[in-house]
Amino acid sequence: MSGNPIDRVAQATPPAIAKKVRGLSDRAIAWLFVGPSIVLLLAVNIFPLIWTINLSFTNFKANRLRDVEYIGTRNYERILTDADTWNSMQATAHFLFWTIFFQVLIGFTLAYLINKKFKGNDMWTTIIVLPMMLSPAVVGNFWTFLYQPQIGLFNYVIEFFSGVDSSSFSMIGDVNLAPWSIVIVDTWMWTPFVMLICLAGLRSIPDSIYEAAECDRASKWRQFWTLTIPMALPFLMLAVLFRGIENFKMFDLVVQLTGGGPGSLTTLTSIDLKREAFEKWRTGYASAYAVILFVTVFGLASIYVKALNKVKER
Amino acid sequence: MKASKLLMATALTAATVTGATRAAAEGDLTLCWAAWDPANALVELSKGFETETNTNMSFEFVPWPNFADRMLNELNSNGTLCDLLIGDSQWIGGAAENGNYVKLNDFFDQEGISMDDFIPATVTGYAEWPKGTPNYWALPAYADVVGWTYRRDWFERAELMAEFKETYGYDLGVPADLGQLKDIAAFFQGREIDGKTVYGAALYTERGSEGITMGVTNALYNFGFEYGNPENPYGELEGYVNSAGAVAGLEFYKDLYDAGAAPGSSNWYMGENIDAYKSGQVALQMNFAFIWPGVNADPNVGGDRTGYFANPPGPAGQFAQLGGQGISVVANTDNMEAAMAYIKWFAQAEVQAQWTEMGGASAMRSVVEAEGFADKEPYNQAFLDSMAIVKDFWAEPSYASLLLPMQSRVHNYVIAGQGTAQEALDGLVADWVEVFEDEGLR
Repeated sequence: MSGNPIDRVAQATPPAIAKKVRGLSDRAIAWLFVGPSIVLLLAVNIFPLIWTINLSFTNFKANRLRDVEYIGTRNYERILTDADTWNSMQATAHFLFWTIFFQVLIGFTLAYLINKKFKGNDMWTTIIVLPMMLSPAVVGNFWTFLYQPQIGLFNYVIEFFSGVDSSSFSMIGDVNLAPWSIVIVDTWMWTPFVMLICLAGLRSIPDSIYEAAECDRASKWRQFWTLTIPMALPFLMLAVLFRGIENFKMFDLVVQLTGGGPGSLTTLTSIDLKREAFEKWRTGYASAYAVILFVTVFGLASIYVKALNKVKER
Repeated sequence: MKASKLLMATALTAATVTGATRAAAEGDLTLCWAAWDPANALVELSKGFETETNTNMSFEFVPWPNFADRMLNELNSNGTLCDLLIGDSQWIGGAAENGNYVKLNDFFDQEGISMDDFIPATVTGYAEWPKGTPNYWALPAYADVVGWTYRRDWFERAELMAEFKETYGYDLGVPADLGQLKDIAAFFQGREIDGKTVYGAALYTERGSEGITMGVTNALYNFGFEYGNPENPYGELEGYVNSAGAVAGLEFYKDLYDAGAAPGSSNWYMGENIDAYKSGQVALQMNFAFIWPGVNADPNVGGDRTGYFANPPGPAGQFAQLGGQGISVVANTDNMEAAMAYIKWFAQAEVQAQWTEMGGASAMRSVVEAEGFADKEPYNQAFLDSMAIVKDFWAEPSYASLLLPMQSRVHNYVIAGQGTAQEALDGLVADWVEVFEDEGLR
């Protein structure tokens, strides 16, 4: 055996197969390779999507053996006029905005600090990324203990710094604090992810640019705003996109932490949708709900990706 | 040639392996239940069945928070995991109407199993669908009900007794009604006992599954709440679900929570309540009776340190939320004969007696009405008192659709403090009317 790998593969191909392949055009071979992926995509993504849209116009219940009726846009009307749906949309918007805000702010700050050369740099990076390696369900579970008014470490820390009695407030039971309790936990868990993306962005900026800025006597402050931020911006925007999509479908952590309560204050849309689909078994209604969420996320993500591309082109 | 030989060998191996697995599966019987102490007792008990019938039994126990999701998905997808299922009482309507359970009337007649041998409330709660008709889809398997445990050792302290009497004008002891229960919870709230701050009561407040509903109904029933007009339960909810009594009951539960619940207990159910009580955080604990043997045996709070009582009466009577389950044969089973044999074996009086001895809770009258049963364990009398006053939540096929709005409305009012009790129950009426309309029942 000699020659390059392509020749060796060609020589090793059984004559019968080689004969068949030899007769195929480049386009046919391309389809041969791409075909299975397209079939798989149609089967597991496109078909379910079309089927969901179809079900969204029915009163179908997956657990009931009865005739399915087409009810037009009634499911959509009920969802869009249901106060509970809007409450969960509001809870989701609050969660999304503040988690992304804090994660980007803290994540970028950490990345900026870690990017400075100092002793123990790698060790600190490893320690910081530990939370994101945990399972969200586990994180939700143990934060319920950290938030316990009598024994929780979080409450003790607050008491230590503020003097407020630790047993006088309940992070997950108080209507004003509960929405923030899930923001804090998600920020604790996923800030390292944003930090890593930002770190990649910061390390991609060549030192020579800063050296040139130094020669031009640009201050550190000016370097930060005119070099660091613009050059790291595509990475920051990518982090926002990832976290936005992830948090829009947030489920496990919040269910473990608050169960959607108190009342329905932390019932995010994903929790609401799951209850409609797999507890109430209102499959048609839940399908319409899923379509509305899909259109919302898809629309927002499309606009965002266009903006991201524009920033990258600059 | 080589390829075809390889294929043949693979097919033969696969056939052999599949055949072997199938052969093993045919002799097995899988029983599904929640993962809790009584399930372990059932494993021990079932060894008798395995020996008698030469059947291998396997068990699928799912933790409580996931039990309903996991098992209802299994039934709805016509899964073959379970041959026998000890399912919650509220599932019976759906499981019967969707053909998930086998109707057992003919089998009971044939084997001489009589429902008259079981506590009537458990037959209605665990076996019948439609309710109040002699159509049986399960054999009562585990009798359970919500009741209360209290720190008898704290209640008997002279200084606390004197202070309580001075404050409330009556003796500190087992509460005679729900009003006294609230007084006691408030009395212990934030009190220093043995150098530790303790609280009034551990209540059911859980939001995610069924917790707060299983708790609040113990107040609602006793203040006059009804699920609907008994003559027209689906058609007439207004004035029953949101009656003045029901509103007062909901307000009472909120007052009890505000005055006497442990801080941070906004999402507590069975496990959290047990932990709070056993760790000495609370004076009173609301919980299902299944925990009582464990409390009695606990080194910190067990024995004489704990007392037990049935849910106290309110202005409209004395009721308690039914728990517990019946054992059903899953219609999709491949082992119908063995599953039926298990039901027959389990229905025997001596097996039922053994079941209670081992940590189960038989619903058979010959066991619970036996001489000396009430005094045999310190909690048995409270158990009997409680089983005599049970009421249950809807068991309709749309049970989950009825439960979820109740969880939401009640939690919103009691825990989050949003709106009024009247608004919460009016909203609940609207939600339930919509469910019954969707079901074509109105």
